[in-house]
Amino acid sequence: MIPFPFTAIVGQSEMKTAMILTAVDPGIGGVLVFGDRGTGKSTAVRALSSLLPPLQMIDRCPVNSASRAEVPDWAGPVGEVVTRPTPVVDLPLGVTEDRVTGALDIERALTRGEKAFEPGLLARSNRGYLYIDEINLLEDHIVDLLLDVAQSGENVVEREGLSIRHPARFVLVGSGNPEEGELRPQLLDRFGLSVEVTSPGTVEERVEVLRRRDAFDRDRASFVAAQSAEEAALRDRIVAARSALPKAGAAEALLHDCAALCLALGADGLRGELTLLRAARALAAFDGESPTRAHLTRVAPMALRHRLRRDPLDEAGSTARIARALAEAFPEEVAA
Amino acid sequence: MTDPWAVAVRAAHCLAREPLALGGLHLRARSSDARNRLLRLLHDFLPGAARLHPDTGDEALFGGLDLSETLRSGRPVTRAGLLARCDTLILAMAERATPALAARLGQALDGGGHTLIALDEGAESEERLAPALADRLAISLDLEGLRASDMPGLTPLDDEAPADAPAERLAALSVALGIGSIRRPRLALLLARASAQIDGRDTPSEADLAFAVTCALAPHATRLPPDPAEEEAADRPASDDAPPPAAENDALPEGDLLLEAALASLPPDLLERLAQGPVPRATGLGTGAARKGNRRGRPLPPRPGRPDGRARIDLVATLRAAAPWQTLRGAGPGQTVQVRAGDIRLKRYETRSDRLVIFAVDASGSAAFARLGEVKGAVELLLAQAYSRRDHVALVSFRGTQAECLLPPTRSLLRTRKELSGLPGGGGTPLAAGLRTALEQAVQARGRGMDPAVVLLTDGRPNVALSGRADRAEAIGDATAMGRALRAAGVTAMVIDAGNRPSPALRDLAREMGADCLPLPRADAARLSHAVSDALG
Repeated sequence: MIPFPFTAIVGQSEMKTAMILTAVDPGIGGVLVFGDRGTGKSTAVRALSSLLPPLQMIDRCPVNSASRAEVPDWAGPVGEVVTRPTPVVDLPLGVTEDRVTGALDIERALTRGEKAFEPGLLARSNRGYLYIDEINLLEDHIVDLLLDVAQSGENVVEREGLSIRHPARFVLVGSGNPEEGELRPQLLDRFGLSVEVTSPGTVEERVEVLRRRDAFDRDRASFVAAQSAEEAALRDRIVAARSALPKAGAAEALLHDCAALCLALGADGLRGELTLLRAARALAAFDGESPTRAHLTRVAPMALRHRLRRDPLDEAGSTARIARALAEAFPEEVAA
Repeated sequence: MTDPWAVAVRAAHCLAREPLALGGLHLRARSSDARNRLLRLLHDFLPGAARLHPDTGDEALFGGLDLSETLRSGRPVTRAGLLARCDTLILAMAERATPALAARLGQALDGGGHTLIALDEGAESEERLAPALADRLAISLDLEGLRASDMPGLTPLDDEAPADAPAERLAALSVALGIGSIRRPRLALLLARASAQIDGRDTPSEADLAFAVTCALAPHATRLPPDPAEEEAADRPASDDAPPPAAENDALPEGDLLLEAALASLPPDLLERLAQGPVPRATGLGTGAARKGNRRGRPLPPRPGRPDGRARIDLVATLRAAAPWQTLRGAGPGQTVQVRAGDIRLKRYETRSDRLVIFAVDASGSAAFARLGEVKGAVELLLAQAYSRRDHVALVSFRGTQAECLLPPTRSLLRTRKELSGLPGGGGTPLAAGLRTALEQAVQARGRGMDPAVVLLTDGRPNVALSGRADRAEAIGDATAMGRALRAAGVTAMVIDAGNRPSPALRDLAREMGADCLPLPRADAARLSHAVSDALG
């Protein structure tokens, strides 16, 4: 099934920016997309797979290793280096723990009496994306497991007499509808960026969504072909930003701004500052500039929104609080 | 096209024509002749449907290891789940489907290749199909009250002229009806096209659009379209003087056929839902708020099932189920017992969370003068009842500028009574602060697996705001906001008016909290305690 092209998504610029930032710097640590029903959350994530630059990986390697030396010893025979699209793995609700972490290969155990490891979704998503739709409805024990792996970048399997560890560095993308349940703060904090999507309010925007979706449904191949130039341009920009990223430094003043903003907002922990800085640098690299306060202002809502203490009375939510704090801290950037 | 049966038949034909693109049908009706006839029609159109029930597990949906076949053949044999085997799914008693099941089915529908017919038998307006799922089904029908006397087949729509700009008008109408999801106008457009194709037209006509609005847009409306000329607007309750919410557009000309179709088929309880205000009732089973029975609970009769790693096998019941078949299976005396997968019985428990009753007691000057003594008496009676039901209780009091949690959740009646009798009175009424402390206690208790309920006893004259400032208007605003927060958190609540005269402001606050409001019967604490235990169940 051909996914809807990323560049053809109308509006939702914050969500698109957040996804692009994680493509530029996977170290930012994942995106959480929360919002109303039918606002294109899943569409955007599924569109990522065709947008992301392809990866070099060893053929038939279960953890998508870049070189032969990194192939784990429990893997079967592997092939040569091939170019593949970045893996975007779907973690469906109702998935069992075995499928996530990997488990004893029952077939080989039963037929040949061998103790072999059958890799799971975490192995397949190494160096790529792991997408969880309706993350707030995922079973608790799977969430705990994901947290642990996302934190350490390594999946450790100690079960059924197996003792195996393999790299599992992935960008976690979660989406959900807050009306159906909240996410535990511990999990919230592990996401680098958090985006709130709302449905387009203007008729023009809605009509444009309808028109594009309709054209896509009628003839998928030609719709995708019409968007391919734009997709390629965006992909090139991501690749260029990736190579520019290591050179992008950050001025002392910018570090100071990050810390001051987090302090003013009372964000929990230090992860807020670190993510804020990384996201600002990635955005600057994507724009082909060096990081400034303007970049910081643009990424601050998505980097900090989910790290604030919740105030049951504040109906406007964290977004408005961040906007207020930004307006106080950097009046000239906000005005611009 | 206003005859509901004609709409239903046309919808069924549309679904038969485009089962995958339209996603499915949300049928809200109790078991009736009309429903049966429509289902028979759908059955002819979409044969081979699989029936689901609200408790359908992951194993049945997604498939898994076939235990008996695997053991027999000595290699893993997987069984395909319902989703892989069947394209058409019928979800019976859809109003009872959990958010988890709704999300799984929603993902299956998103993947394409499935059609869902959700039979929603909800009686109350609160009892309905999960919105996440309803949003993905193009057609929404309500057959309630439809008589079986005259049920003709499909009648063609005699309207040949193609409608102009259907997409634009559907988008505009969806904004006017306050429908957030962008899926709705898209599905409505697809439905209008399918309806046109049934009558052999290439492009949808006005009548097709009106039909699509009736089935796909109007049932999802969250507000009345902003058109003061319409008579429906005049039907709004007289107390509601606020002008209808301003639309972002003026693209709806007066007397628009689509708007009329929408108005004719707005959900009947829309006004009721509007009156309840925009606060969503959080009824989901989110991961964070998942309720765990913290006691083991009563054992229930064992049930046949497959071991899925969570349920435990009831060994005795399994052996008992296998016993009659032993001779047939060729197990003679002295040989091992032959157990098949179908014999396996699982243990079930009824876990019931402990209930926590949080008393938020107004100990301000005004209340103290009035009837603090009586309130104390009432709470004591409630405590005695809570004790006999093994409920936990917590005590929050508010006076002066702040609220205080006098007693964290406990079962100790003695301590509660001691705290209560020593409860001093006097000072302002920081109602909002009291509610906030109660809410904090409730949220914490829920995290520990308890089922909290808040009982607020006050004379309802808040005069101290959350900030501690003595400002009556601000205090009332804060209290209302806290009440909404309580309701949004889904905490059961109950308000007891301890004033000398019942206060209308307190009744309004109770409505914001989604709670009942009872005046404290004068000098009759026993009656009050009965009322509370009735209201909280």
